[in-house]
Amino acid sequence: MTRNIGKWLISGPPVFYLAVFFVIPTFIMVLASFRHAGEFGGLAPIFLHDVRGAHLNLTLESYREYFSDFIYSRLFIKTLIYALVTTFFCLVTAYPLALLIAGSEKRHRDLLVLLVILPFWSNFLIRIYAWMIILGPQSALSVGLNGFLGMFGIEPVGLLFTPFAVVLCLIYVQLPFMVLPLYANLEKHDPALLDAAQDLGANSWQRFWRITFPLSLPGVYAGIALVFIPVLGIFAVPDILGGTGGIMIGNLIKQEFLEARDWPFGSALSIILTLGALCIVGVAAMVAGRTVKNDA
Amino acid sequence: MALLELRNIVRSFGDFAAVDGVSMMIESGEFFTLLGPSGCGKTTLLRMIAGFDAPQSGEILLDGKDLVATPPEKRPIHTVFQSYALFPHMTVAQNIAFPLRMRKIGKAEINERVKEALDDVRLSDRGGRFPGELSGGQRQRVALARALVSRPRLLLLDEPLAALDMKLREQMQLELINLQKEVGITFIYVTHDQTEALALSHRIAVMNGGKVEQLDEPSKIYDCPRNRFVADFIGTCNLIEAKVTVAGEEKMVLEIDGLGEVTARNPGGELTGSKGVLALRPEKIKIGQQIALESGENRFRGKVHDFLYMGDVTVYIVEVGEGVHIEALLPNSAAGRPRIFAAGDPVEISWRYDAGVFLND
Ligand SMILES: Nc1ncnc2c1ncn2[C@@H]1O[C@H](COP(=O)(O)OP(=O)(O)OP(=O)(O)O)[C@@H](O)[C@H]1O
Ligand SMILES: [Mg+2]
Repeated sequence: MTRNIGKWLISGPPVFYLAVFFVIPTFIMVLASFRHAGEFGGLAPIFLHDVRGAHLNLTLESYREYFSDFIYSRLFIKTLIYALVTTFFCLVTAYPLALLIAGSEKRHRDLLVLLVILPFWSNFLIRIYAWMIILGPQSALSVGLNGFLGMFGIEPVGLLFTPFAVVLCLIYVQLPFMVLPLYANLEKHDPALLDAAQDLGANSWQRFWRITFPLSLPGVYAGIALVFIPVLGIFAVPDILGGTGGIMIGNLIKQEFLEARDWPFGSALSIILTLGALCIVGVAAMVAGRTVKNDA
Repeated sequence: MALLELRNIVRSFGDFAAVDGVSMMIESGEFFTLLGPSGCGKTTLLRMIAGFDAPQSGEILLDGKDLVATPPEKRPIHTVFQSYALFPHMTVAQNIAFPLRMRKIGKAEINERVKEALDDVRLSDRGGRFPGELSGGQRQRVALARALVSRPRLLLLDEPLAALDMKLREQMQLELINLQKEVGITFIYVTHDQTEALALSHRIAVMNGGKVEQLDEPSKIYDCPRNRFVADFIGTCNLIEAKVTVAGEEKMVLEIDGLGEVTARNPGGELTGSKGVLALRPEKIKIGQQIALESGENRFRGKVHDFLYMGDVTVYIVEVGEGVHIEALLPNSAAGRPRIFAAGDPVEISWRYDAGVFLND
């Protein structure tokens, strides 16, 4: 009996937290996506009492709208591509960094990890605005690049307000989320395994591809999930750096809620995005599960 | 020519010499053991032979060729690590195939040799398992198979049995001896367990503080320890402070405080007047109520000071003369009698002169 009470005391708060902040909001969103928009924004009532009598006032209109115009799916696909490119570059930049930290002397490691998470100490938006300056037309980067291109007679290019700016900044903000799980994994590797591989005739390239990399796959998958999923819903970065060409589906959702005041359509977009992300992650997890079946 | 020759190897960490001027020759086909207490430099020496570390001075020659510039992956030397270091993401068969794949050997041949190797270590039915699914002894055998499958010239084993329990260890010792005979590969075996070293090796190098104290066959190491450290480290040994009064050709007379004169074997050299210890193995001492004195024996009266019942034998600590304690062993051959003497019983002990050896300080 007391054992049961103890169990509830421990699992109660997280269950309560999940119910209040996850299950109920999700349910509200799903419901909202099937409702009509209110006349002046917001939502129309669920129950109507009119000539047809009392009835539920629900509709598939928002979903019909999404699928009736390819422009939305295109934005969704474009968002996916941004997320994939971001994830890829995060992975190839973070991996050597994580290897370096994990391979450095023990007393330096904590400091290096601290440096990786240092950007979190300043405001997210401020860090994005900083990129406006770095990529702006007067910046050393732009001036230098255009001077270089000019030598080959190529027209000057603008860096700011382009998809390039968006993806670059996304890589920047997401990088620590790739480095940390990779580092946490690599740091646990038994150095004796690499000695053994070398002893048995593996050169440094073979040691990496046959030992280090396969053993780090759980960290790779964790990093990919931590980078890829948040990027799908991000809107601040494209808002500030993307101009008109760089917007992502997150911007559209935000617009529907705040500017167009079409809450049902915004909700439907959110649901579609969530389901899409779930599908992708599910398929990826299945593929990944097959490759790291035995990671003892 | 020796297979492996070490010439005056020195390796220091800071101003601490972990390996301090080690030279030895290891013959082809030998089961050679490095034996010594923890921290005496065994692993450091092994790592230099494998190539993970380089000596600050000295040479390592394999078949007469200097190895110093050869990286570990290019040396025909494999290691069985104490932790086994099996690759957890590969099956047993993949683990064993690893050194062959690194040598770009054809698939068909790899399969065949992996199968043979699995047979050799009696794991034919475990090829598809992962290391995490095996017992300690099985993992040990996989590590052996993996290190042997590509036929290295030399196999280094760093305390490979340390993680196993007693029973399994004895069984693996027998398997190791047989395996080494079968494959004919030279083994350099590291251990700090002296019984293991005595049981397995053709020759043993006893190390202490980065130096080789004695390099010899097991029976020589046991019976003719060259100094106090070796006598004390290998087995149990009575070490009694003594001084040489007369040194003959074969025998010598020692003066022991509180006991008197004792005859002992002369290890050779001009020793008259020198101080040292008399090393005397407990199992070479006879103990009884009354012992007939034969020629060439030392005999003393004393009383049992204490005893330790060990099951197969009982160890008696006998006090002879004034305050000299000598350990003697008596096998418990008769059933149902845990001990023959009790503390305080008067007894006699005796030993042949050549059971005791004088070790100069
Ligand atoms: N990388 C290193 N840095 C500093 N000191 C070291 C290093 N490696 C070994 N030593 C020192 O060298 C000495 C010999 O170490 P080694 O590992 O060779 O001992 P060992 O004989 O293998 O002992 P054990 O039986 O405990 O394994 C030890 O005192 C150890 O502290
Ligand atoms: Mg060691």
